Amino acid sequence: MSFCCQFCAYSAADLAGSLRLQYPPNVRIVRLLCSGKVDALHILNAFKEGWDGVFVAGCLEGECHFLTGNLHAKQWVNYSKKLLKDIGLEPERLEMFNMSAAMGTKFADTVREMTERIKKLGPSPLRKGGKTVVKK
Amino acid sequence: MIIAKLKPFDEIKEMLEDYRKILVLGCGSCVAVCMAGGEKEAGLLTTQLQMAFELDKSGKTVETITILRQCDREYIEEVKEKLGQYDAILSIACGVGVQFTAEVLDGTKILLPGLNTTFLGATAEPGTWVERCLACGDCVLDETGGVCPVTMCSKSLMNGPCGGHEEGKCEVERTRDCGWVLIYERLKKLNKLDLLKTFKGPKNYGAVKRPDKIIHEAYQPVAVEKEEAKDKK
Ligand code: SF4
Ligand code: SF4
Ligand code: FES
Repeated sequence: MSFCCQFCAYSAADLAGSLRLQYPPNVRIVRLLCSGKVDALHILNAFKEGWDGVFVAGCLEGECHFLTGNLHAKQWVNYSKKLLKDIGLEPERLEMFNMSAAMGTKFADTVREMTERIKKLGPSPLRKGGKTVVKK
Repeated sequence: MIIAKLKPFDEIKEMLEDYRKILVLGCGSCVAVCMAGGEKEAGLLTTQLQMAFELDKSGKTVETITILRQCDREYIEEVKEKLGQYDAILSIACGVGVQFTAEVLDGTKILLPGLNTTFLGATAEPGTWVERCLACGDCVLDETGGVCPVTMCSKSLMNGPCGGHEEGKCEVERTRDCGWVLIYERLKKLNKLDLLKTFKGPKNYGAVKRPDKIIHEAYQPVAVEKEEAKDKK
């Protein structure tokens, strides 16, 4: 599951598509107005629903359209890692990335990196019936 | 407002060991502002506990509600019946809220504290709270330029500073501002340094009888006139 700022990562994902870059198809993208909009509750809920990994992607540091939204997101991601650790889930399942709208390759690399990382950790113990439950 | 801090997760989990059906009860006032026990924090803690109990397959259930204030009977009464459905209530209000909810439930339900209540303070910046008052019951802020010597001086000196201050910092903890230097600076700005010339006598620490109780003057008990109007006779 990924939470992407519309100004950067979301556009970068678009670009990756137009460039026909290959990346694992297992990522679900949620578009945010700014990465700073991400909430610890969104992150925890994704894990509760059984997602194996979550990443938040915002603009490059210093380039957030709302000035500090991405730094805020970083703080909340760090805090959410602690919340995961509390309950015994690997905090590595969660990460924050920064990129610009022009970085289609970086987006594809990010998805690949997270997929690799999670493959090593194995499926989330919270996954229901071996399949991730996606609520419509 | 009252500032509190969430207890470590392990400690909370341990507290819940003997209970299966748990309610996280948030408080929507002080502790919501200091991001310790409001609706949002209740949601986070509930989700965390739900995941933890799913991971250890203990079959426990956790739900949550948040009321406006746990230190006001009327808000507790509103959910009293609902509270009856759980084995234990983990309250994330301040210590007052936990006790008062327990008092209203009068031994019918166990209340557990999810927070450590820490001090009376203000929001210095988003996410940071600072202590400002020790509720001494005999405020002297008029004499000290609005800086509290009881709280801001590590030794609660009434005629400071002591000899230990250095470059405006306190000897008890060098990273802390000396309260009396703060008082001096404030009085200087106010052009009221004169106030420092009056010696302050010992502080009356008995001004608050703990546990204290205040009855508003308008709510003092009144004698009910039962006699018939005398002039009728
Ligand atoms: S219960 Fe405590 S935290 Fe809640 S409103 Fe009352 S004083 Fe504030
Ligand atoms: S003197 Fe300080 S501790 Fe006492 S009431 Fe005033 S601010 Fe609070
Ligand atoms: S606008 Fe992109 S992270 Fe804030």
